Amino acid sequence: MALLEIKNLYASVAGKEILKGITLKLQPGEVHAIMGPNGTGKSTLSNVIAGRDGYEVTKGEVLLDGEDVLAMAADERARAGIFLAFQYPVEIPGVTTSAFLKTALNAKRRQEGKPEIDAMEFLKLVKAKTAQLGMPYDMIKRALNVGFSGGEKKRAEVLQMTMLEPRVAILDETDSGLDIDALRVVSEGVNSLRSPDRAFLVITHYQRLLDYIVPDHVHVLAHGRIVASGGKELALELEAEGYAKYLNAAA
Amino acid sequence: MAVTRETAAAVKEVEQYKYGFVTDIESDKAPKGLNEDIIRFISAKKNEPEWMLEYRLKAYRYWLTLSDEEPAWAKLHFPKINYQDSYYYAAPKREKLASLDEVDPKLLETYKKLGIPLLEQQMLAGVAVDAVFDSVSVATTYKKKLEEMGVIFSPISEAVHKHPELVKKYLGSVVPYSDNFYATLNAAVFTDGSFVYIPKGLRCPMELSTYFRINEKNTGQFERTLIIADEGSYVSYLEGCTAPQRDENQLHAAVVELIALDDAEIKYSTVQNWYPGDADGKGGIFNFVTKRGACRGKNSKIMWTQVETGSAITWKYPSCILQGDNSVGEFYSVAITNNRQQADTGTKMIHLGKGTRSKIISKGISAGHADNTYRGLVRIGAKADQARNYTQCDSLLIGDKCGAHTVPYIETRNPTAQTEHEATTSKIGDDQLFYCMQRGMTQEEAVSLIVNGFCKEVLQTLPMEFAVEAQKLVGISLEGSVG
Ligand SMILES: Nc1ncnc2c1ncn2[C@@H]1O[C@H](COP(=O)(O)OP(=O)(O)O)[C@@H](O)[C@H]1O
Ligand SMILES: [Mg+2]
Repeated sequence: MALLEIKNLYASVAGKEILKGITLKLQPGEVHAIMGPNGTGKSTLSNVIAGRDGYEVTKGEVLLDGEDVLAMAADERARAGIFLAFQYPVEIPGVTTSAFLKTALNAKRRQEGKPEIDAMEFLKLVKAKTAQLGMPYDMIKRALNVGFSGGEKKRAEVLQMTMLEPRVAILDETDSGLDIDALRVVSEGVNSLRSPDRAFLVITHYQRLLDYIVPDHVHVLAHGRIVASGGKELALELEAEGYAKYLNAAA
Repeated sequence: MAVTRETAAAVKEVEQYKYGFVTDIESDKAPKGLNEDIIRFISAKKNEPEWMLEYRLKAYRYWLTLSDEEPAWAKLHFPKINYQDSYYYAAPKREKLASLDEVDPKLLETYKKLGIPLLEQQMLAGVAVDAVFDSVSVATTYKKKLEEMGVIFSPISEAVHKHPELVKKYLGSVVPYSDNFYATLNAAVFTDGSFVYIPKGLRCPMELSTYFRINEKNTGQFERTLIIADEGSYVSYLEGCTAPQRDENQLHAAVVELIALDDAEIKYSTVQNWYPGDADGKGGIFNFVTKRGACRGKNSKIMWTQVETGSAITWKYPSCILQGDNSVGEFYSVAITNNRQQADTGTKMIHLGKGTRSKIISKGISAGHADNTYRGLVRIGAKADQARNYTQCDSLLIGDKCGAHTVPYIETRNPTAQTEHEATTSKIGDDQLFYCMQRGMTQEEAVSLIVNGFCKEVLQTLPMEFAVEAQKLVGISLEGSVG
């Protein structure tokens, strides 16, 4: 069974149809990349999977391990193992990154029937993960995303992902705005999580990221549809030739 | 489906105020209503000396001249209170207790439900508790140990007998009987409360704490607290309150007076969780409280921390009179209003001495149809050279049917004084909630996390054990506030 299956998905925002029949199958262990120009529905797809309000699914299904994801509330989806690294992470004033991580981690542990994490164990874990991502440990004392630079915000997203160890991780343009060093660190974070029972959906419009996170499949999204799929060579082709031919085909 | 949901909602609402139970205990009550006989009755019950009765009667007669002069300047709306329709004295029967073992087991059970371990062996180390049940102080723990250090921590009714010179000297010296409508009423009918005296130079090694509990129906609670920190001493005092869930409104009009002499410091923390009424605004406590501290001595300090989550109406302005040179007043407040609750709360910092400093940090959180007002006064007198004040008022709104208001008054009569005021208003956004929920938190956890972050600065000033409780309370009192 596929880990995440999206079947003929249609969705609208504010009465406007954005997704027009998306079908995707992520097998455990796979990394899929979705590429496409701005405004084609990439973030819409990730928001619909994660369960954000304001998106109306008019047709189709999303299944996690065969379970109906669309019937679950956003927090249930998260606890079932769906993680979204946001394109625009929001600021949470007053809430330290540390308090946030701990609350999120404990929500997951509760789902698994485990007790709340011990304070020492938590600190050890955060120390290890921040070091791995080249983040100063003191960052966890700052309010989450408040005053973070673009790159810090993206790292904080990856930090959360590596702490929560989701089953399916969706990265929505996590590479945008990163310099080459940050890109490498973030990619290493993702690669260290790659495992036979986890899948990734990596959204980007630069093929550069895919030099570091090598995908099993690449899809082109245009005007709400997947208009081409292939291996990692498709990304190189897009880099060289642009999206023009797909946009025309889809229009 | 709809019915199931309604039932679930009803059950949840009941669970929400987990202190809403009533203890079935026989009580000794004065007849309903208020007149001189009732005051004589209360005084006689407590076997009070003549001077105490005279004080009460003086207050009562003054109160009569005030009839219909309840303060009307606060942003609060409530029906006219009929002061004749209440009981002014209710005590659990069997009140003369020689030791804790004699306390009615039902009472102990009540305190257990409230999470207050009354018996010493069950106590949190280092916390001494005075428990006031309706009108009578039921048990004071750790008494012996405190006595050995020269600390007096007793029901005020006992202090009237054992330490009349201290009570006479200080009672009404910070909040005179003529101060305001509710304080005057309190001076006439107060039934019990705590008395604390910390001797010179002693840093009281344990938190002193009082729990107030209204149990009886139609009873007002009028407790009176008097704390005196003698030269160079320090005390941290915590007050907690709960009441059963009832459809009628009940009145709570307390008076708290603090006196800090030279180089003394008093830290007074309140976690107020009186029954707030139901989601439609039925029932709940009317909390009209006068709390004031006098920094009489040089370099003295009074610090108020309050976490106000309960009551249908909160009218409360813990204040500091900074008389001693270089004395310091601080006020840290979290006021949460949900559903139909109304809070009009803040502080007064009256700078009289030279070099006096004050700091005000107020966090108001409003949800549902609630109204939350910060009202504060900073007054700098002509002699208060180099006085300083810093005020920060932050409001957080949850939903769009609630209100937050900030009413800061600043009066400066000394050109060398400096005051600084900052205010913000923010809202919990849907995008913030979604972000948290995408990380697996329930909506309630998300609200609680964000709100606790918002008021962290205040909660941090609470004693450790109570900070944890207060954090939970913040979450509970906002349950059901979103969606
Ligand atoms: N909340 C919204 N309200 C109205 N239109 C929206 C909303 N979210 C997205 N859209 C529209 O949907 C289209 C796809 O947006 P998006 O999914 O963010 O694209 P991408 O991520 O591929 O750049 C755009 O035309 C955008 O304007
Ligand atoms: Mg996007």
